[in-house]
Amino acid sequence: MKDDIPLALIAVFVPFSLVSIGGGTSVIAGIQHEAVDVRHWLTAREFIDLFAISRAAPGPGSMLSTLIGWHLWGWPGALIATLALFLPSSLICYGVALIWRRHRGKRWHTALEQGLAPVGIGLVLAGALSVLRIGSNGPLSFIIAFGSAGLLSWRPRLHPLLLFLIGGTIFIVYHALSAAQPGS
Amino acid sequence: MTDEAHRPSIADIFLVFFRIGLLSFGGGLSGWVFREVVLLRGWLDEDEFMSGLAMGQMLPGANITNLAVYIGQKLRGALGAAAAFMGLLSGPFFAVIALAGVYVLLRRYAYFAPAMDGVAASAIGLMFIVAGRGVRRAARHPTALAALIATFVGVGLLHLSLPLVAAGVGTLSVIAAWRRSAGDER
Repeated sequence: MKDDIPLALIAVFVPFSLVSIGGGTSVIAGIQHEAVDVRHWLTAREFIDLFAISRAAPGPGSMLSTLIGWHLWGWPGALIATLALFLPSSLICYGVALIWRRHRGKRWHTALEQGLAPVGIGLVLAGALSVLRIGSNGPLSFIIAFGSAGLLSWRPRLHPLLLFLIGGTIFIVYHALSAAQPGS
Repeated sequence: MTDEAHRPSIADIFLVFFRIGLLSFGGGLSGWVFREVVLLRGWLDEDEFMSGLAMGQMLPGANITNLAVYIGQKLRGALGAAAAFMGLLSGPFFAVIALAGVYVLLRRYAYFAPAMDGVAASAIGLMFIVAGRGVRRAARHPTALAALIATFVGVGLLHLSLPLVAAGVGTLSVIAAWRRSAGDER
């Protein structure tokens, strides 16, 4: 059984690496289906726990794959799953970046660069909106996000971890206050 | 290369991305990269960063590893890309496994989830800084601004397929930029 694990991890995660256009979050539902329903690597409850852990930890959200590998086969499983999800897409990106830089200064290059930049920013904004929606705190999330952006543009060298501390504290206080209110 | 002295070393690249990986709680990683690489160190100019960001989002893979590979490749070729890739992922690799070990304990603590939500919300502020710069740049050309808004509305509000919107709007936007550049040619 153990002999099959490395191959199975590769078979599951490499295809997701190659189709995860728009970022790691776009394939989480697919990974869930494959790991829980098809291969029975973990229960739905365990999957949700691992998902929450990967969101609470630093780094890309798709570190979820690391945890699934870890859950199945300890350190080697974690390493194989991480590489299987991140390496194939990175190699593609490397190839594209290489071609990209070779043609710097040409007219079509400049047009691509200037044409794609606003699309990238639109996607960043859409991504920000979807993260703000995941949190159950609605307006407060938006206030904190705009507040920290305001603070940062006012004092660009302010350390972001300080902002995280403030944001976390405000949420805890809000949570404590609304829990203390009778009838809620 | 005359600018050899100003190019960061492989170790510099690894360390900067290691720090970004380890400190980037709650998402908003592109905001961290922008801050560390463009604002604080000037390794890339804004145009290069923005187009790398767009490319990273259109190719398969986590946006942030793509951006790291793109920046590493630009600074130091294959070794630079490898350093950025490993720097970015090695910290979170151990952090996420360590967190899995203590998660059961943390979950019992009622304030853990709201605290993480608060951290995530402030991390979005970092992304807004990048977006703010991008909006200001796009505002110089009406077509660029239109492309930005169309992408945001399509993906963020209407929840249309991201690859479809990016390809469609991207194509129109690139054609507009191409036409714009016709006047600039000597």
